[in-house]
Amino acid sequence: MKIPLLAFNDKGIYCQQADVYLDPWRPVKNAIITHGHADHSRWGHQNYITHHTNIPIIRHRLGEINVTGKEWNETFVINNVKFSLHPAGHIIGSSQIRVEHKGEVWVFTGDYKTEDDGISTPYEVVKCDTFITECTFGLPAFNWTPQAEVISEINNWWAENKAEGKTSILFGYSLGKAQRLLKYLDTDIGKIYTHGAIENMTNVLRPMVDFPPTTLVTRETKKEDLLGNMVLAPPSAHGSIWIRKMTPFVTGSASGWMAFRGARRRRAIDKGFVLSDHCDWYSLLDSIKATGAEKIICTHGYTDIFSKYLRELGYDARTEKTQYEGEAAEMEKDEKEAEVDQSETSLISENNEL
Amino acid sequence: MKNFAQLIKTLDSSNKTNVKVDALTMYFKNASPEDKVWTIAILSHRRPPRPVNTTLLRIWANELANIPLWLFEESYHIVGDLAETIALIIPTTKEHSDKSLTEYLQEIIALKKKSDAEKKEYLHQNWLALNYYERFVFTKLITGSLRIGVSQKLMTRALSKAEDVDEDALAYKLMGNWDPNTITFQELILDEKNSDYLSKPYPFYLAYPIEGEVDNLGNPEDWSIEHKWDGIRSQTIIRESEIYVWSRGEELVTDKYPEFKNFVGLIPDGTVIDAEILAFPEGEIGTFNDLQTRIGRKTISASLLEKVPVILKAYDILEWEGQDIRNLPYAERRLLLEQLYDSIKDKTPYFQLSERVLLHSWEDVTTERMRAREMKSEGLMLKRNDSPYLVGRKKGDWWKWKIEPLVIDAVLTYAMRGHGRRSNLFTDYTFALWQTNDNGEKELVTFAKAYSGLTDAEFRRVDDFIKKNTLERFGPVRSVTPQLVFEIGFEGIALSKRHKSGVATRFPRILRWRHDKKIDEANSIEDLKSMIS
Repeated sequence: MKIPLLAFNDKGIYCQQADVYLDPWRPVKNAIITHGHADHSRWGHQNYITHHTNIPIIRHRLGEINVTGKEWNETFVINNVKFSLHPAGHIIGSSQIRVEHKGEVWVFTGDYKTEDDGISTPYEVVKCDTFITECTFGLPAFNWTPQAEVISEINNWWAENKAEGKTSILFGYSLGKAQRLLKYLDTDIGKIYTHGAIENMTNVLRPMVDFPPTTLVTRETKKEDLLGNMVLAPPSAHGSIWIRKMTPFVTGSASGWMAFRGARRRRAIDKGFVLSDHCDWYSLLDSIKATGAEKIICTHGYTDIFSKYLRELGYDARTEKTQYEGEAAEMEKDEKEAEVDQSETSLISENNEL
Repeated sequence: MKNFAQLIKTLDSSNKTNVKVDALTMYFKNASPEDKVWTIAILSHRRPPRPVNTTLLRIWANELANIPLWLFEESYHIVGDLAETIALIIPTTKEHSDKSLTEYLQEIIALKKKSDAEKKEYLHQNWLALNYYERFVFTKLITGSLRIGVSQKLMTRALSKAEDVDEDALAYKLMGNWDPNTITFQELILDEKNSDYLSKPYPFYLAYPIEGEVDNLGNPEDWSIEHKWDGIRSQTIIRESEIYVWSRGEELVTDKYPEFKNFVGLIPDGTVIDAEILAFPEGEIGTFNDLQTRIGRKTISASLLEKVPVILKAYDILEWEGQDIRNLPYAERRLLLEQLYDSIKDKTPYFQLSERVLLHSWEDVTTERMRAREMKSEGLMLKRNDSPYLVGRKKGDWWKWKIEPLVIDAVLTYAMRGHGRRSNLFTDYTFALWQTNDNGEKELVTFAKAYSGLTDAEFRRVDDFIKKNTLERFGPVRSVTPQLVFEIGFEGIALSKRHKSGVATRFPRILRWRHDKKIDEANSIEDLKSMIS
C-alpha cells in the first residue's frame, strides 16, 4: 500500500518521506509550526521551522529553541519533499503548510480565517489535492458579521459604559484576539489598560504592528484611574479578585462562541461580541471549494458533522483525531485556569508584574 | 418590534436585577398602550396559541438556509434552542420591518387559521425582513416560551414604577384570565374594577425555606404548624354560583377536577380557599406520582376518577362573604376556615382540612417533622399566627421546613446537552443502579434523570469527561463509560410500571460528586426499593 504523504499518528501529522511533523503534540526531531497558539506550537522539539514573524511569538512562549524562519511562498526541500508556508490569516505569523511530493499537493491549514483583520497577513488560497482543514465553527449556525461592524459595536459599548462611569473589561485570548481588539479600539474614548499576559504579548508584536499605547494594570493602579477606561484581559481573569477590585465595571467577551446566547450566559458575561479568528460556515465551504481539493480531512471542531456534510456535497471527506482545540480550548481552558486563579490571587498579581 | 427586540436583548444580556427593571421601566414609559398590554402578556406567559408546529417551522427555516434537515437537527442539538437555531441559520438581508409588536402578534394569531402555503410565505417574508435578534424574538413568539430571566414579580415592579400604581395592586390586576387581544391597557392596569373579577384569583403567598435553627423563630406559641403537602398548590374561587380552580402556575384547572364541582352550593358565594390538590386513592393521601396520572389529562375517564380521586386539602381562606380578608391575622382566617370545614365536612369527602398540629416547643416541632414520611408530607409549614396573607415570596411570616432528601449513590450512564445557558455542555444526566439479571450477572439499570446540583465548574469537568468517554451517540444523547458516581437526592419514591427500574423518584437531583467511590460501590435497585415505606 502506498504511504500517504501526510499521516496522522500519536505524535502529530507526519510526513514520513521528509521525516517532518506538522504541529506535533509530542516532542519530535523536526517540526513545522503553523502558528503560536499553545495547542499548535508545543515545547520540546529539536528543530522548529515556522514563518519568521512567528519566531518572536514562540520564543516568548517556549524560551530558547532551535528555530528557522521562512518567508511566505519560500520553497524549502527536505528529502525531495517541497514545503512552503502561506498566510492563514488566523493571527500574526500564522501559516498554512503546503507539502508537495511527486506532483501530489497537500495543504494543512492549522487555524485560519478568510476575513482580512488588518493585522495578520490575509489568508491566501492554495490549490491542492488534499486539504487538511480545521472546522472549529463548522456549523451553519455560525455566520460572522464583518469586523468593522463588530468593532463599532465594541466602541459604542465602551462609550456607553464610560457615560455610566463604569470600567469596561473586555476578554480576549492574549495572543491574537487581544491585539486585534487593541488595534481598533477608539482611543478618543479613553485609555487602554492591559493584563500582564496581554501586555507582554503585545510588546512582542509591537515591532511588527502599529498598536495604540497601553498601560499595564499593576498593584499600584487605582480603580479610580480605570473608571471609564478599557481593560483588556485574558478570559482566565474573569471572576478573579484582580477583576473584582475594579468595581464598578461591565464585562464583555469577544469570541465566535458569543454567537450562542447560552455560551455568554453560562460565563456570566454582560456583553458578548461575535468576533472570531476562525472561519465561519460559509467561509469554510468557500475556501475548501477554492482550493480545488477533492480530499478533505477535518482535524478539529465539529469534525463529524462537517465532514458528513462535505461527503454529501461530493467531497472525499474524513475526520482525523488530533489534539488541536481551536477557539473552544482558548475559552474553556482559560476558564478552568480561572478557577485556580481565584484561590491563588498572589499568582495573578505576580504574573501581572512580570 | 424593534423596541421590543431591543428590550429582550437587554433583559437577556444582563444578570443584574436593577438593569432589568430599569430597561423594563424605560420600555413601559415609551411603548404604545397596545404594545404594553402584549409585553405584559408575553412576560406573564400569556402567549397566542402556536400557529405552526415545530416540524413545519424547521422545514421552512431550512429551506431558507439551504441545508439538509439532519444538519439543521445537529445544529439545534448544539445550539440548544429552536428559535435561536432558526434565527442563526437564516441569512440576514438588507431589508427591515417597522411593524409594531402588536401588529406582529395580531398577524401570528391570524396565522393559525391560514393554509400551510400562506403560513410558509408569511414566515419566509418576515424572517428575511428582520435582523438576527428580531428574527430570534419573532420566532420565539411563534414557538412559545420566552425565558429570559424576568419573573412576573420583576415585570410588575417595573410596571409599577412606570405607571405609578401600587405593586401588590398591580399583581392582583394581572392575575387570572384576560385576553391581550381584546383588553385595553386602560382596562387592564388603570381602571379600578376589572371586568374579569368573577374568576380572578389572588396572588399566591409563597414560603421561604427555613434558614438556620428553628428556635431562632422565637416563641413556638406564636406559630401555627401544619404538614407541607406534596400536591398542586391551588386557589378555589366560589362566586355567583360558579367555581374556578387555579393552579399556582395561573392555569385554570377547574375542568380537570370534577370532584370539586359540587362545592357550589356547599360553600357560600364570595369564598376563596388556598389549598393543596392531593391524590387520594383508596381513601388516603397518595403520592405525587398518583397525582401525575391526573395532571396531564383533559378528559378524565370514570375508571380513573374512581381509581385516583383528588381532594382539596385546605389551609387558608382569602375571601369570605365577598370580602378580601387577606389582611386579617392568620389565626383569625384559620378560625373562619375551620368553621367552614365543620359545616360541610359531612356533605363532601373532597374538601378536607390541613390540620394545625398543636405543639408547644421546638423539640416537638422537630419530632413532628420526623413524621413527615409517615404523614405523606414533604415536611412542615410554619406560619406566624398574626401574619396577613402577603403577595409573592416574602420572608418572615411563612417558612417551609422540608425533610432531608432520601439519598442513593448512582452511576452516570447517559448524558445530553443542556438548554439555555447550558447549551453546548453536557449537563442533563441519566443515572443507573445495579441489578442482578436473570443470568445472575450484575448490570446497570437506569433509575432517574437529574440536571441540577453541580457547580458550573463541576459541570465543565463532567462535560469534559463525557466528551472523552462517549461510547455511543443516539441523536443528542450519548452513552458514556460507567465510571463516575454521584450521590442523588430525591423527595419521594413509589413503585412504577412506567419506569424500567420499577421505581419512580420525586425531584431527583445531584447532591454531590462521589470522587471517592468506584462504580461497584454504587447502590442497587434493591437498596432503592427498600426505601419504599
